[in-house]
Amino acid sequence: MEHYLSLLVSAIFVENMALMLFLGMCTFLAVSKQVETAIGLGLTVVFVLTLTVPLNNVIYSYVLADGALAWAGLPEVDLSFLGLLCYIGVIAAVVQILEMFLDKYVPALYNALGVFLPLIAVNCAIFGGTLFMVERTYSFSESVVYGFGTGTGWALAIILLAGIREKMKYSDVPEGLRGLGITFISVGLMSLGFMSFSGLSL
Amino acid sequence: MSGMKEILTKPLFRDNPITLQILGICSALAVTTSLTVTLVMCVALTSVAAFANLFVSVIRNHMPSSIRIIIQMTIIASLVILVDQVLQAIAYDISKQLSVFVGLIITNCIVLGRAEAFAMKNPPFPSFVDGVGNGMGYSLILIAVATLRELFGAGTLMGVTILPSVANGGWYQPNGLMLLAPSAFFIIGGLIWVIRSRYTEQVEQDEFVMAPHTVEGGAH
Repeated sequence: MEHYLSLLVSAIFVENMALMLFLGMCTFLAVSKQVETAIGLGLTVVFVLTLTVPLNNVIYSYVLADGALAWAGLPEVDLSFLGLLCYIGVIAAVVQILEMFLDKYVPALYNALGVFLPLIAVNCAIFGGTLFMVERTYSFSESVVYGFGTGTGWALAIILLAGIREKMKYSDVPEGLRGLGITFISVGLMSLGFMSFSGLSL
Repeated sequence: MSGMKEILTKPLFRDNPITLQILGICSALAVTTSLTVTLVMCVALTSVAAFANLFVSVIRNHMPSSIRIIIQMTIIASLVILVDQVLQAIAYDISKQLSVFVGLIITNCIVLGRAEAFAMKNPPFPSFVDGVGNGMGYSLILIAVATLRELFGAGTLMGVTILPSVANGGWYQPNGLMLLAPSAFFIIGGLIWVIRSRYTEQVEQDEFVMAPHTVEGGAH
């Protein structure tokens, strides 16, 4: 149990997707102008990551990894070079199915998250989550925890940034720095703050 | 041919993918701690962007628009797999250092963004040139950031010592912050400031402009 808790804390704070690993930056900078939209997007990311990382883990360990097809009588087949193509396909499909499912059965949630779902398919935080999971050879239960943790970390970062940017609207920023420039510098300061978590372990 | 030159050079400063279009920032921040790794990443991205644009443009008239994103993704993913395999074969150490970031070229918004915005509407050759141009615009920023970070963070460039560090009996005290995450944000923020001071039409307008002389009767 302790191992999972430690993995969770490390995924949320120590290796924060947005601030320490720079993943999902494009969406992070583009959709962080308002706290409300940031919360919606953050929740969607948590949801999709918790779903796709374990799913890709299953695909990797039973189909793609070296010798994984032993259950089908093909022990010497190594399909790991197809990984990238499969993961992105899985992510795109999950997002599409999720969109249709929510539209049909949970319209309230669909209205809240709907606009963000297409954005999510090409968010590198989602894809990065899967790639790190494969690189570090997590087990299935670890991948569930890791997916949830990284998603939460990313959501936390974007909501914090949106809060800062809402306040910053009223400040008088030097001309060339307005908009993107000052956002980068504030994210840099946030990342400096998150560095204080490094070395934290349970 | 002047049109081609325009397509090739416009993304360098005036329409830079990173500082103006806000595309492909993730890898710009993550792989820039060492110049060698950055150069490999730039070559990888530029070739993927150029060929993805070329192939998307070739089949642009045969793609139903409802599934075009999936088709574009498949083309890009296949190209990235190719690049990844080549890297693992000829430069294994660097491909280990790049770790997941080669794979992340698939979700790099420059590639998909240019395929969608340019290659879908233009013939193959200009699309190819546009891919190369945007790849170069991206490379330009990355190389600038990597040079600053490696030079001041470790005192070396491409592993060759430029500023001999104190630890090796020299005089330069390396600035460790440069190798950590926050400095990448600061440097790109600064670069944006420099580019926008030169090309003032890129300055974003404030949502709430402060009225002049708001302090009535107050001391200035």
